[in-house]
Amino acid sequence: MNVALIIIFATIILSACLGIYAGRRVKMNLENWTVGGRQFGIIIIWLLMAGEIYTTFTFLGASGWAYSKGAPTFYILIYGALAYTCSFFVLPALWKVGKRHGLHTQPDFFIKRYDSRYLGVFVALIGVVCIIPYLQLQLKGLGLIVQVASNGAVHPRIAIGISFVLTCAFVYTSGIRGTAWVAIVKDILMILAVFIVGIGVPTIYFGGFGKMFKRLIEQKPDYLVFPGAVPEMDVLWIMSTLLVMGLGFYMWPHVFGSAFSAKSARIIKRNAIIMPFYQIPILLIFMVGFTALLVIPGLEDGDMAFLAIVNKTYPSWFMGFVGAAGAVTAMVPSAILVLFASTLLAKNVYKAGFKPQMSEEKVMTLSRFMVLVIMTFALGFAIFFPNELVPLLIFGYNGVSQFFPGVVLGLFWKRVTKAGVFCGLIAGVTVVLILILSKNDPFLGMNAGFVGLVVNSFITVMVSIRTKPSDGGFK
Amino acid sequence: MHKGTKLALILGAIPFITLVFALPLVNRIKPVILGLPFLLFWILIWVILTPLILFIAYLLEKRFNPPEEEDKS
Repeated sequence: MNVALIIIFATIILSACLGIYAGRRVKMNLENWTVGGRQFGIIIIWLLMAGEIYTTFTFLGASGWAYSKGAPTFYILIYGALAYTCSFFVLPALWKVGKRHGLHTQPDFFIKRYDSRYLGVFVALIGVVCIIPYLQLQLKGLGLIVQVASNGAVHPRIAIGISFVLTCAFVYTSGIRGTAWVAIVKDILMILAVFIVGIGVPTIYFGGFGKMFKRLIEQKPDYLVFPGAVPEMDVLWIMSTLLVMGLGFYMWPHVFGSAFSAKSARIIKRNAIIMPFYQIPILLIFMVGFTALLVIPGLEDGDMAFLAIVNKTYPSWFMGFVGAAGAVTAMVPSAILVLFASTLLAKNVYKAGFKPQMSEEKVMTLSRFMVLVIMTFALGFAIFFPNELVPLLIFGYNGVSQFFPGVVLGLFWKRVTKAGVFCGLIAGVTVVLILILSKNDPFLGMNAGFVGLVVNSFITVMVSIRTKPSDGGFK
Repeated sequence: MHKGTKLALILGAIPFITLVFALPLVNRIKPVILGLPFLLFWILIWVILTPLILFIAYLLEKRFNPPEEEDKS
């Protein structure tokens, strides 16, 4: 038993206990479980939303892309700032209708606004299809981190299995409240790890950022401007991807849903102002990737760059600390993802589609049961078919961004109709799927999701002005 | 649309202009500023300025828009 292992397992077990403890004195109904009784103040909302944007992919992917692709990785630093700017204008209005009509989930919004259960079921299904590969990615990342951090002593399957049980436990008992508490631990550990490694590594090898970049400019100048080392990711791809992700981030069912958990519209607005500060540490993650590029070139898998350079530079107990931070960083988004996916399936697919008279308590019980089902499903994929869902993962962001016209027009344009949103959504999703499956992404240099979004918006508007407004809407 | 909302939207366009539409113009290494290649420096500056821009937008909305229900209570 080495020190790194003890640190990793102690951290994830304590975090899970904290999560379970968080829901202890709260009577769990659907309102408390999914949206925390709409009682969250600014700090908890901040932690929760930061928990959603900072995933394992940020950790390994931002450094991995810097290492293997160069400048295209900068989009990870940018898109958050765009997403928060967008949320400043959209989320307060969304929160208000959520409060007035008692909405819990994204399909709830579509059902209420467009007065159509079927639109709700459709939106819920797209949402779940986008969430599952994302969840699997978190589990896979976690397995990888623990394996490397323990120096191969723990097989990824064991690490995934243990954290799976723990995550299920605190989501099941405490819902979003438990997740928010674990997010506190996660944020502290991750920020510490990023600052120590991000400042430490370039300083140890080169004596500072400036000197590191000087060397990089001499040796690999292409890496520092678009398209970096990948010709198909030129400026146009970056720009279209940024728009898709900036507009699409809050369209993820779990991010959308967490907006309802705030205490007031004003808290959401203030949160949008302070969120971009959370983006800045990503710069440090880039530094780690760039340093690794100069110090340990030739890694087979770029996503391993962060862990490889930490392993080379620091003692093993520190590796344990990074592993612990990484593991909890995978658990928090996993928890939020599974929480919302299960509510979508129970409330918006099963209840709305098959059993409209189902009681709220029954929906709650079914949601909790779905947590186990979805996690088992994702776990199975992570272990037995680790690469089967990769195309779906690419579909994820592009898919959820197709909700944007339906949500934003639904909030701010009285004239938008059910038929318009239905047609637009189907067209957008179809375009994205065709482009991805026929390997035409990027299409004319643009991100497939962006092409879909343009088609989708156009059709939504055109069909809406030719159809009669529906009876739904927010009075 | 209220005047405050209009002003806020104009400010809200700034991050999209600087961080998306201006990218083809700033896609260069030189000049190196504070040790950072120009492209990265530009991105970092505007990501840091975004909260400030949104804060000003927030103040403008408060100043020019009629008070909302939650303010009265």
